[in-house]
Amino acid sequence: MSNVLLIDFGSTYTKLTAVNLEQAVVLGSSTAHTTVTTDLNDGLMIAREKLKAITGDIVYEEQLACSSAAGGLRMAVSGLVPELTAEAARSAALGAGAKVVKLYSHELTNSDLAEILTIDPEIFLLTGGTDGGNRKVILYNAGRLAASGLKCPIIYAGNRAAADEAAELLRGHDLTICPNVMPKLGELNIAPVQEQIRRLFLARIVQAKGLSKIEQLISGIMMPTPQAMLKAMTLLATGTEHEAGIGDLMAIDLGGATTDIYSIADGSPTAASTIIKGLPEPYAKRTVEGDIGMRYGLSGIVDEVGIARLSELSQLDRAEFEHWCQACHDDPSLLPLQQQIQAFDFALAGMAVKIATGRHAGKLEEFYTPLGVAYAQTGKDLRNVRTIVATGGSLIYAPRLKEILTFALYDPQEPGSLRPERANFLVDRKYLLSAMGVLSEKDPNTALRIMKKELIDERSHSQKA
Amino acid sequence: MDKKHLVIGVIGADVHAVGIRILEFAFREAGFEVTNLGVMVSQEEFIAAAIETDADAILVSSLYGHGELDVRGMREKADEAGLEDILMYVGGNIVVGKQPFAEVEKRFKKMGFDRVFAPGTPPETDIYYLKKDLGLLDQAETEADQQPKAENGGGEE
Ligand code: B12
Repeated sequence: MSNVLLIDFGSTYTKLTAVNLEQAVVLGSSTAHTTVTTDLNDGLMIAREKLKAITGDIVYEEQLACSSAAGGLRMAVSGLVPELTAEAARSAALGAGAKVVKLYSHELTNSDLAEILTIDPEIFLLTGGTDGGNRKVILYNAGRLAASGLKCPIIYAGNRAAADEAAELLRGHDLTICPNVMPKLGELNIAPVQEQIRRLFLARIVQAKGLSKIEQLISGIMMPTPQAMLKAMTLLATGTEHEAGIGDLMAIDLGGATTDIYSIADGSPTAASTIIKGLPEPYAKRTVEGDIGMRYGLSGIVDEVGIARLSELSQLDRAEFEHWCQACHDDPSLLPLQQQIQAFDFALAGMAVKIATGRHAGKLEEFYTPLGVAYAQTGKDLRNVRTIVATGGSLIYAPRLKEILTFALYDPQEPGSLRPERANFLVDRKYLLSAMGVLSEKDPNTALRIMKKELIDERSHSQKA
Repeated sequence: MDKKHLVIGVIGADVHAVGIRILEFAFREAGFEVTNLGVMVSQEEFIAAAIETDADAILVSSLYGHGELDVRGMREKADEAGLEDILMYVGGNIVVGKQPFAEVEKRFKKMGFDRVFAPGTPPETDIYYLKKDLGLLDQAETEADQQPKAENGGGEE
């Protein structure tokens, strides 16, 4: 019997999943609450006890973890032009599973530097300029960072031609030089930076977060949780040497404070006459909407679509809707236990999904020319994606899940937004995607088989719910 | 010496893709570093690309007749973005139909373009002026001033 224990250290919970590799089955799972004040170790012990009650006393060959504890991997990022190197750097950091606390462009100002020190990021990613391109701004920023007293590791991934000079300026700092995130205009090279982020995460940050004590108990903390999610989704889409994946997909992780969207798809234009604009898109892409969530991120949803639309969708009158906004503001841990707040949450979730998928998916603009219509596409065309995976507590327990997920689909009212035209909905009912991402490092075939089994089609999910 | 960087592209909703490819190859052949943004390029994209690549010149092409509208305000935007000294050329079929070139040239220069190129200008002419304006002509060339005599070429003041 080869059993593996997979652990996800979250910011509010620790979640365990026990799997048997030979049979590719989930033996059991458990969660325990952890807060900033409780030791992660306590949470782990409690969760272990709970799991033991389900699985019995079993021996684990390995215990592997991912972590978004203590606020996740917090990064600050700077680039030159907002739509170019700054965006490339953000995309690199997000794909590595980091939380981009702040994104800067052009020269860092005094107040930017003060803010950076207050944010106290765990990694600073410094970019700007194509190779041989602008060097003035990145060197200026390197100089400012050097003098700022910032202690965290700095990754330099900007203009190659200025790297030596930057290293000189940042002498004495914990600096690594990586290949440029944008070596040529419009060309992305984010894998090396992502690898370096992971290395730093493992080497330094796990220790700094007090996870190293735990490291002695388990075999290893492998990666930040969002990266585990991205790995799981990529594996599910593409498969392994031995087993095919299910093809292109999009995944939605709706949380209390933020909404993460993943897409595993090439996303190139479906019509030959379309011209591509903007940066090339990563095949496995993650976006995070920091202002869209069910509780802390509630006001972002209200700001974007307005109370009128939300109250109409919830079929609550405006006063009732506002009452629940206030209630959630006062107590963000409020659960949807009665009918009115369920209606409220339905409207919020639907609009959160609509906004976040709309921002993630590409856009198609029409140009009228004397010759007819011409199209320009920015971002990924996801219209041919046929699977949407739902995860996160706010979705997997939602009573009207199908209706909520329908907001992730192409909307004829918004023809320029390239969301999937139609899709099967899969539900991560046991909440095991991050665990499978971790397991994919060790045994991708088993991880894939478990996901295929355990991700439930929404139709059968609804019947059971 | 470092190569000079050029950012080139076809502005607006214009899809004429052939000329700009020819220019890309010709300029690269002539020793320039070239970023070709292709067709349907906005003013903002030209400017952003010039900033990241630390470009020495922006060359705007327009063929479909709406050039005069498409380039309006571009010099001001470049100034705003900190590219005050950048060299800017425009060329192709930049206006509708056949208009006296001297007048067309005047209008585009007034909009802040350093040089305005008439339809059908051969790449050699463009390259000559680029080298001249970017200080790449050697002594002999400058003295001889072997300026190619193309029809309505570069257009000096
Ligand atoms: C092929 C073509 C098309 C093709 C383009 C295919 C493609 N994707 O490339 C299609 C059929 C799509 C097309 C469409 C249109 N076209 Co058309 N097209 C032409 C055509 C026949 C050839 C263009 C070409 O490739 N030339 C070859 C290249 C090598 O030359 P070039 O583009 O002029 O570029 C050279 C120089 O001009 C110069 N240059 C260009 N830009 C710059 C910039 C700088 C800074 C410098 C220094 C030099 C420079 O260097 C280049 C290399 O030597 C021309 C007519 C012609 N013979 O030029 C019309 C022409 C350009 N089109 C024209 C028009 C009106 C249109 C349409 C609006 C509608 C129509 N009537 O067909 C649409 C517009 C579509 C759009 N949104 O852009 C007109 C423009 C008239 C005007 N400006 O007043 C032209 C001149 C035809 C005409 N006489 O009426 N077209």
